[in-house]
Amino acid sequence: MFQFENFDAFIAMGGHGPYVWGAYGLSLAMMAWLALAPLRRQRVLLATLRQRIQAQGQRGKG
Amino acid sequence: MTTLSGAFFGVIRRDLSIAMRHRGDLLNPLFFFLIVVTLVPLSISPEPARLAAMAPGMIWISALLATLLALDNLFQADFSDGSLVQLMLSPQPLWLLVLAKIIAHWLVTGMPVVLFSPLLALMLSLPEEGVLPLLLGLVLGTAVFSLLGAVGAALTVALHKGSVLLSLLVMPLYVPVLIFGTSTVQRAVDGMSYGGVMAMLAAASAFTLLVAPFAAAGALKVGING
Amino acid sequence: MWQWFHKLGSPRWFYQISGKFLPWLALASVVLIVTGVVWGLAFAPEDARQGNSFRIIYIHVPASFLALAGYYVMAVAGAVGMIWKMKLADMVMVAAAPLGAALTFIALFTGAVWGKPTWGTYWIWDARITSMLVLLFLYIGIIALSRSFSTRETSARACAILALVGTVNIPIIYKSVDWWYTLHQPATIKLTGAPSMHPDMFKPLLVMILGFYCFYALVLLLNTRTEILLREGRTTWVKELAQPK
Repeated sequence: MFQFENFDAFIAMGGHGPYVWGAYGLSLAMMAWLALAPLRRQRVLLATLRQRIQAQGQRGKG
Repeated sequence: MTTLSGAFFGVIRRDLSIAMRHRGDLLNPLFFFLIVVTLVPLSISPEPARLAAMAPGMIWISALLATLLALDNLFQADFSDGSLVQLMLSPQPLWLLVLAKIIAHWLVTGMPVVLFSPLLALMLSLPEEGVLPLLLGLVLGTAVFSLLGAVGAALTVALHKGSVLLSLLVMPLYVPVLIFGTSTVQRAVDGMSYGGVMAMLAAASAFTLLVAPFAAAGALKVGING
Repeated sequence: MWQWFHKLGSPRWFYQISGKFLPWLALASVVLIVTGVVWGLAFAPEDARQGNSFRIIYIHVPASFLALAGYYVMAVAGAVGMIWKMKLADMVMVAAAPLGAALTFIALFTGAVWGKPTWGTYWIWDARITSMLVLLFLYIGIIALSRSFSTRETSARACAILALVGTVNIPIIYKSVDWWYTLHQPATIKLTGAPSMHPDMFKPLLVMILGFYCFYALVLLLNTRTEILLREGRTTWVKELAQPK
């Protein structure tokens, strides 16, 4: 069962709100970044590689 | 064809004579040791009671830092003039030669620290009962500091500004030795028996003595080929 | 068996295989963690003494587990890479270091935030916090060392040696620190303790721990794949990957 009387009480966490939400917030944000950053890096890597291949291809033609 | 013991003592003799030529360098860690201890009453409190409470820890920390300061000399100079590579190419087992270098290094840095520790105990109002465990503990402890430090020094020998990195790498490993070392002194001061803890420290030293030369030799091969 | 082991050494094979079950791993991580978080925040009973701040345990404990387990993953990968000269193992080791460091930081941060409302202080020296801090230093040392060498192979060997030396030391460090603090703090405050946990409090914790394991595997795989792309950029199969579909 839901442990709090209403949503406001949920946010307030009996006075511990800033601590709980602060801890969860930062941790989950960091974890999301940890998972997404490598994806972005891979995309950039492949894009750079593609550009380099195209550049080589054009140099070969010319 | 040099025998093993010939090579072993040869390296020790060589390193010691090189150290003697730069006698000024010898004194650096020692002065560092003394200076840090002198700063304590100036920055914290000159009260004998408070000093005595901090003495075991402060002396050990100063010994640790002094060793760290001097670790560069273990391999760096030989690396820059190429003699380290020569050493690695010799037919004798590398771990033996590394052990010889560590012993020579300890004689020049760890041993003076140990010898001066009773003076520092006096300056920090450490009660008499603490002096013997301090001496014994520091002999074992500085040996471990040198041995473990050698592994770190070997890994970072070929790097620029390797010394800062070296401290970072090696310090977590020093934690147990620091804890056991200061505990022996504190227990003696508090009137308790410290033999058990000293035995742990001795065991840690023995283990490190067995393992570190091999690890350092391996680390040298890795670090130099980089 | 050996065939499988040798296949494992091929970065390309690993990249392709991991690509297949990555989405499932991601799904499992998200489902488990979201379930655990919601359960822990809203549906687990409040602690009698600590109130709602204890809910931080649902992040703190799993993060601590994985921070420590992650170090061993890193060390084993380093050992495998060194003994069998397996490039892939080296890549896993390199990928594991920042991940482990981040989790250690999360563990320390959540522990500190938990401490303030519960015991009045953000920081208190006890065995677990100190060991976590030392673990963070060990991780940072590995990361710093890995960036210092010019050749990847040397870097991997050096980090493997350091990681193995650290592995031996972690239990020793923990035991010695624990011993030191029990001497000096007769009323030991167990910051990660909820010694008598009601089963209703424990179940979401299990979910979160599982979720964190999946998350760790996910991020480790992602980072290893990035390493693979980075290092195998000259091979045809990677070049093909780069082509627009």
